Amino acid sequence: MAMGAPLIGTSVLRKEDYRFLTGAGQYTDDISLPGQTYAVFVRSPHAHANIKSIKKDQALKKPGVLAVFTGEDLAAAKVGGLPCGWLITDVNGQPMKEPPHPCLAQGKARYVGDQVAVVIAESLHAARDGADAVQVDYEPLPSVVDTASAGKKGAPQLHENAPDNTCYVWAIGDKAAVDKAFAGAAHVTRLDLVNNRLIPNAIEPRAATGAYSRAEEAYTLYVSNQNPHVERLLMTAFVLGLPEHKVRVVAPDVGGGFGSKIYLYPEDVVVTWAAKQINRPVKWTADRSESFVSDAHGRDHVTIAELAMDKDGKFLAMRVHTTANIGAYLSTFAAAVPTILYATLLAGQYTTPLIYCEVTAVFSNTAPVDAYRGAGRPEATYVVERLVETAAREMKLDPAEIRRRNFIRSFPYQTPVALMYDTGDYDATLDGALKLADVAGYGKRKEDSIKRGKLRGLGYAAYIEACGIAPSAVAGSLGARAGLFEAGEVRVHPTGSVTVFTGSHSHGQGHETTFAQVVADRLGMAIENVDIVHGDTSKVLFGMGTYGSRSLAVGGTAIVMALDKIIAKGKKIAAHLLEASESDIEYDRGVFKVAGTDKQKMFGEVAFAAYVPHNYPHDKLEPGLNENAFYDPSNFTFPAGTYVCEVEVDPDTGKVTVDRFTAVDDFGKIVNPMIVEGQVHGGLTQGIGQALIEGCVYDKDSGQLLTGSFMDYSIPRADDVPSYKVDTRETPCTHNPLGVKGCGEAGAIGAPAALMNAITDALGVKDLPMPATPQTVWKALRAKKAA
Amino acid sequence: MGVKVSMTVNGKQVSSEVEERTLLVTLIREQLRLTGTHVGCDTAQCGACTIAMNGKAVKSCSMLAMQAEGADIMTIEGVAKPDGTLHPMQAAFKENHGLQCGFCTPGMVMNAIDFAKRHPNASEQEVREALDGNLCRCTGYHNIVKSIMAGSKAMAAGK
Ligand code: FES
Ligand code: FES
Repeated sequence: MAMGAPLIGTSVLRKEDYRFLTGAGQYTDDISLPGQTYAVFVRSPHAHANIKSIKKDQALKKPGVLAVFTGEDLAAAKVGGLPCGWLITDVNGQPMKEPPHPCLAQGKARYVGDQVAVVIAESLHAARDGADAVQVDYEPLPSVVDTASAGKKGAPQLHENAPDNTCYVWAIGDKAAVDKAFAGAAHVTRLDLVNNRLIPNAIEPRAATGAYSRAEEAYTLYVSNQNPHVERLLMTAFVLGLPEHKVRVVAPDVGGGFGSKIYLYPEDVVVTWAAKQINRPVKWTADRSESFVSDAHGRDHVTIAELAMDKDGKFLAMRVHTTANIGAYLSTFAAAVPTILYATLLAGQYTTPLIYCEVTAVFSNTAPVDAYRGAGRPEATYVVERLVETAAREMKLDPAEIRRRNFIRSFPYQTPVALMYDTGDYDATLDGALKLADVAGYGKRKEDSIKRGKLRGLGYAAYIEACGIAPSAVAGSLGARAGLFEAGEVRVHPTGSVTVFTGSHSHGQGHETTFAQVVADRLGMAIENVDIVHGDTSKVLFGMGTYGSRSLAVGGTAIVMALDKIIAKGKKIAAHLLEASESDIEYDRGVFKVAGTDKQKMFGEVAFAAYVPHNYPHDKLEPGLNENAFYDPSNFTFPAGTYVCEVEVDPDTGKVTVDRFTAVDDFGKIVNPMIVEGQVHGGLTQGIGQALIEGCVYDKDSGQLLTGSFMDYSIPRADDVPSYKVDTRETPCTHNPLGVKGCGEAGAIGAPAALMNAITDALGVKDLPMPATPQTVWKALRAKKAA
Repeated sequence: MGVKVSMTVNGKQVSSEVEERTLLVTLIREQLRLTGTHVGCDTAQCGACTIAMNGKAVKSCSMLAMQAEGADIMTIEGVAKPDGTLHPMQAAFKENHGLQCGFCTPGMVMNAIDFAKRHPNASEQEVREALDGNLCRCTGYHNIVKSIMAGSKAMAAGK
């Protein structure tokens, strides 16, 4: 009979947990291939240097060393450079500057950690010994690492074809109209903001093992990656010039990504290519120190932001100038992050009618910068919500009230920066957050703090994000060089159990559970009978992968579409078996029924008939029950919410304690509340990390990375963060069948602004740079006292 | 080059030939193929490599294989009952969603079991402090703390 209660909306415990809890997970480095060898990369110790010569002979003499390859070898083998997946057109209608991004340096190293050569050996120890013995003759050059200086005249130049280290100057909005609105404004709030550079630090370091089969004349790459099909497409078509069907990419269990594992990295290409050269598998796993210098970093903006208001605090216009540091080379999606994913979010939750934003992207002698959890949207939220809170203080308005005066309340809503919000209820999340945070009791808590000699501050952030980048055609017109759809396949087995293949990739998000809930509900079967398969190009038909909080909204919808096809075909089969007309067949949780009768067939019976088609409508229907679907969304989704943060500051030490953090989010429909809450907790912690303790620092003179280990770069530990209060409100997305919006990045997007609003409130200062370390806070308090 | 080391791992006697510089974690992962013990850093900060040695949680990346000569080692693979039933601490992580990508998880669980044995009634703050040597980038610790508090109770109740 029909199965029990619906699973969508319930906190089903995760199917994947057993293997992770018992040590049975299979991460890339856990996979050992017969005959595998080990690769170690020789990396530049200089931020900027000409490479005069590379001598391999000493290294090749080391016991166990099998091969040493350099950029020259790759060039000779016609291995290309890494492509950028997004083309930005600048203010003059010219394409951005795209300097070559070689997989091993060609003549010049451009940041500390730039890969210069690879040594392959029988063991990791031997490869390390070999790498130590490679002699590289460097001629150091002056370097520039600083965002604000890189684009200045006279700064050291990284690339011949990028004068003033400028990749592009890009703009959106009507500058003249915005300037006019500012001229007539009753009040203008201005902030000079720095969005600090971050190092993602998934706890599993990047890893890649390449293998080549002479029998099949085909390659396999195991790689810790968020989108194996995209990895394969970029690597085969743009770098190695191989046909895609001869390359299999497997991204098995992946220990966190946060954006940093979206990209095609040089090491992935090198181990794949080298596997054929030496005819043995080549394995590389990054040390944490290597991750620090070579993973794509995040954020790194310097911004001047202004908000113009009338006398009642109604927003008239916003003007933003940002310089974005994109590092030494363009990483896979680098160009889109400070433009398409940033400036388009500057309307926030507000009706600001006029917005102008200009972005200058600069190269510097630092690791490439690309999308990191939130990607552009945390930077935008930081600008908007720091401006709004500061404006409220300057206008002597309650920060909740100024937001209410400007909220968008009618949907769909067209912003002045290209996006069309489909739905939302910003009053609901704001009111919910104020209540859950007990803002009413704040005054009392502040008094208590003061009695104890402490400062207390309260800060809000009302963020919006655009998730599930789409549609492909629009993204294409904005410069995307890839599609942004997702694919899914539902394979019903003869005995009625189901394997679902998805192009989304799970690296902590719990898709094996959430997607199975959707499938089990839709088909009306036990969740145990549903398996979700992802992460292998030889199993999954196609996929664009997981980033931008897109998996359920885009990947989940593709699965739902395939399920609908399964049910439609099932109805045809059932109609035949029941000798009824197809239009009379209804499907209800596992049962095909002839409407208004008690004639029925179970899902399993229909599946069996499809594979053992003795009694089957062969004239009208193919046997089998296997369907796939590709879904290209008609719009982004727009999760939004309000965060309330309360901090206590010790004025003697400058230490900030996050006393309370409350998040009320609208993610549309929620499939698994437990998993959603977990995503919010993780995002909030990364956001708090950015605001309080994380900051990537390169030495301005030498270009050395000063924060190159967990001892110098602090990611939040358990006692740096509080337990959170989280809740949700729900306005279902109007353009996907599940009504879902995405939840993976929200916390990291909204938290930094809420926290810095709280800290500046506690200190009574206008602004403070992130991270608000005890030293920074203490200095600000001293400066205030002195003034 | 080689030295021979012998120890008990998850109740089984093992001996292996290693280089003098071989780390205990390398022996566990590469030679014994117990890949549930992970490596997340090279500065003894992350705790992904945590195992139990003679009943105490230690970071297996911070010692040489030779230093474990004769020791009684337990890795995450040895924690559940032989019939596959999860240890109460493992069960608590599952029930409280104390893991996402799972990479930090084995180290978290190994540390948590040792901590819970010594502090059956720890406060939230004590649990947070005890996690100082275990980094997680996914969960924000909220549910790990919940898991450890629940797992400690279950262990104390002898479940
Ligand atoms: S690998 Fe042992 S502490 Fe990080
Ligand atoms: S669950 Fe991913 S690092 Fe902890």
